[in-house]
Amino acid sequence: MEGHIHSFESFGTVDGPGIRFVVFMQGCPMRCKYCHNPDTWPFAGGKTYTAAEVAKNALRYKNYFTGGGGITVSGGEPMAQADFVQELFTLVRAAGVTTALDTSGIMFNPSDVHRFDGLLDVTDLVLLDIKHIDDASHRQLTGHSNANVLAFAKYLSDMGKDMWIRHVLVPGITDDDDCLTRLAEFISGLNSVKKVEVLPYHTMGEVKYKNLGIDYPLRGVQPPSAERVANAKRILGVIR
Amino acid sequence: MYYEQWNGFNLGKWSDDEVDVRDFIQRNYTPYEGDGSFLAGPTEATRKLWQKILELSEEERKAGGVLKADTSVVSTLTSHGAGYIDKDLEKIVGLQTDEPFKRSLQPFGGIKMAEQALNMYGYELDPKVKEIFTKYRKTHNDGVYDAYTPEMRRARTAHILTGLPDTYGRGRIVGDYRRVALYGVDYLIEQKKKDKELICGDMIPDRVRDREELTEQIKALGELKKLAEIYGRDISKPAGTAQEAVQALYFGYLGAVKDQNGAAMSIGRNSTFLDIYIQRDIERGILDESGAQELIDQFVMKLRIVKFMRIKEYNELFSGDPTWVTESIGGMGVDGRTLVTRSSFRILHTLENLGPAPEPNLTVLWSKHLPAAFKKFCAEISIKTSAIQYESDDLMRPEMGDDYCIACCVSCMRVGKDMQFFGARANLAKCLLYAINGGKDELTKDKKTGKPLQVSPMYSPVLGDGPLDYDDIIVKYEQMMDWLAGLYVNTLNLIHYMHDKYSYEALEMALHDTNVRRFFATGIAGLSCAVDSLSAIKYAKVYPVRNEEGLVVDFRTEGEYPQYGNNDDRVDSIAVWLVKTFMNKIKSHYTYRQSVPTMSILTITSNVVYGKKTGNTPDGRRAGQPLAPGANPMHGRDKSGALASLESVAKLPYEYSRDGISNTFSVTPASLGKDD
Repeated sequence: MEGHIHSFESFGTVDGPGIRFVVFMQGCPMRCKYCHNPDTWPFAGGKTYTAAEVAKNALRYKNYFTGGGGITVSGGEPMAQADFVQELFTLVRAAGVTTALDTSGIMFNPSDVHRFDGLLDVTDLVLLDIKHIDDASHRQLTGHSNANVLAFAKYLSDMGKDMWIRHVLVPGITDDDDCLTRLAEFISGLNSVKKVEVLPYHTMGEVKYKNLGIDYPLRGVQPPSAERVANAKRILGVIR
Repeated sequence: MYYEQWNGFNLGKWSDDEVDVRDFIQRNYTPYEGDGSFLAGPTEATRKLWQKILELSEEERKAGGVLKADTSVVSTLTSHGAGYIDKDLEKIVGLQTDEPFKRSLQPFGGIKMAEQALNMYGYELDPKVKEIFTKYRKTHNDGVYDAYTPEMRRARTAHILTGLPDTYGRGRIVGDYRRVALYGVDYLIEQKKKDKELICGDMIPDRVRDREELTEQIKALGELKKLAEIYGRDISKPAGTAQEAVQALYFGYLGAVKDQNGAAMSIGRNSTFLDIYIQRDIERGILDESGAQELIDQFVMKLRIVKFMRIKEYNELFSGDPTWVTESIGGMGVDGRTLVTRSSFRILHTLENLGPAPEPNLTVLWSKHLPAAFKKFCAEISIKTSAIQYESDDLMRPEMGDDYCIACCVSCMRVGKDMQFFGARANLAKCLLYAINGGKDELTKDKKTGKPLQVSPMYSPVLGDGPLDYDDIIVKYEQMMDWLAGLYVNTLNLIHYMHDKYSYEALEMALHDTNVRRFFATGIAGLSCAVDSLSAIKYAKVYPVRNEEGLVVDFRTEGEYPQYGNNDDRVDSIAVWLVKTFMNKIKSHYTYRQSVPTMSILTITSNVVYGKKTGNTPDGRRAGQPLAPGANPMHGRDKSGALASLESVAKLPYEYSRDGISNTFSVTPASLGKDD
């Protein structure tokens, strides 16, 4: 089976535990304003690889995975190419490597909950990015409702799948205390959350927008202050 | 022979009429698996001394880089009276001249260079010294230029051979300074005298030279005793305490830097050796932790202020004023015990007690088997100071055993048993351009004709304007490398003959076994640039662009090609091929004094200067832009993450580059992960 891939990172240290081989899939239905990888949006493009080729490439770094590392598939939206990712995960798990799925959860459909069971069977950890707990704000930020995302979180919780909840902190957009408190309440209702991560917004993606000729939606927005980051971590229970 | 100073040590081969420091260490050291919680801060005396040095450093900086320079007294082991920073505070004494920060005059490598260096900083060389070293005493530099062939001079002018030690001291030789402490100088002199007696029979030139050199060594050891006497110390007998051991070892090193202004004056592998003395004194109750740390702190302080008088270009080449006082730390023993001791911690702890500094170049010999607590300690100090160099003990130990050290940055030698003839480097990126242009330099003009300088014999250049043909280029490149390797080795043969003749490192060699193994340490620059250029020719279409004289001065590339640094075998295999091929060509030539040919890939900062002298290359690099340092991928071309980049470098075969492979790797803390 072939997948459309944007790029690889052989030394991923921020997308899951340990040292990780990260596969960035090509194509994403979301249009998050703060996205730092707009070059992964179009489904057309990227390079085509078979799952076996990618697995072989990743397994060359197996020696580096001893400290809890493994493979992470990110994107783009990896669940948009679920069958490919499932085959890839199956292959690397057969070689003893653990797997993480870095997703927005947007592909999950509450009326077809078993659609991704095959993929989740071979996924050790889900890195679930909750962009906004407030549906209206979520729509404004990403162009989509958060209903599928929250339903996916509950589905993972019910099946006891390990997950890390991640939240990108953008000043004035995703950092108000009320929403953070609501997000914290939502997370506390989930069973299998192993970690909550606050990811401070950064402007390193801006240059990519320029190169792609897309208007940068967050022009002028500065990264959050250390205080605001600490505040969010406190509310979300990262710092107790 | 038995000395009372050896009381408390386990005796063995080392004390049985032999010189064998490794045997002494193995029988007496105490491996340490704990953490750094035992360490002590700096003493009041250390603090005050260091404050004075900081003040002097500031004065030196304000003075434009040199505070004082000797213009009339030629540096020898005994040329100067005693010098102190603050005599009453110093536990370990000895300076290169009679004052701190006063640079010595060392003309044996070349009087012109010594004079130029003085002039650059506003000093005038004493005319008498100049007269002596031009009229009566020949220097290394004079010898080399008397014998250079026109072809050698052309290669030097065009910078296809570059950094050659023909105007300055070759350095890279590391005396086993521990011998001074363990045996005392008298014992070492006796051993050398015995060795000399064995060199007899037909007086062929080699034997004559060997006898003369041994006499020089014996004299140098005598001078070393006198150096200690100038400071009121006696090192004729073995050291009886830790303080005496550190002092004797330092005198050995001090003698070396008074004798030689070498490009790299590394110090060896001393901390675990010294630990045995410290441990013995602590057990005897005559030293506490604070006192032990004070000895190490003050020893390191002395190493930090080693200075040479050098021309400004030299400092530009190396982006600083380096002395490469490399001290090798830790590692594992061949018997499986770690060679980490408490003093491995103590010497790294100097980076906290005195603050970070580039010298001495503290180098941890890293093994995955090192004690976990030591690894953690190293990581902590690295995070705090960014001042530790790491090298793979697991890679070097199988061949070098467990008592080797690093000279300069990556060059490994068994302490006191190996020396090397430092060989600078050949520019393989430029060599590829020569293959294309039939040996005409792309930048340098012939001074007489104004035409491009024909450096090699006239080889057949690439003809026509069609895309470069990979197979044809490889044939031409191999021919050009054949020429370059031959010329390079012969140039070095000549240089080292003259260095031995006119600037022999008598003291350093006195602290080696007489039957020393010699390495012939060649090097290459521009590896990744040459490799990517070949990859471009092979996988894309590269069209030559000619100037009005028909010389290929630029390239037009159509299509993409795999680049070194992405763990892609299509191109990494070219890198492996190139390293093996050039080394094999080096090996096929006669090397001076039966030396063992080796090669390094390690230009750490000089890649910038070498790049300035190299024209446009087929990989798209523009003329004058830097080459990559060492074995690094070209800047910005490793696009698949750090591990892919490192894996590409790791494919280079160490057996063909035994003098070392360096990879400069910068990371921001955030890219190593999150701290929560």
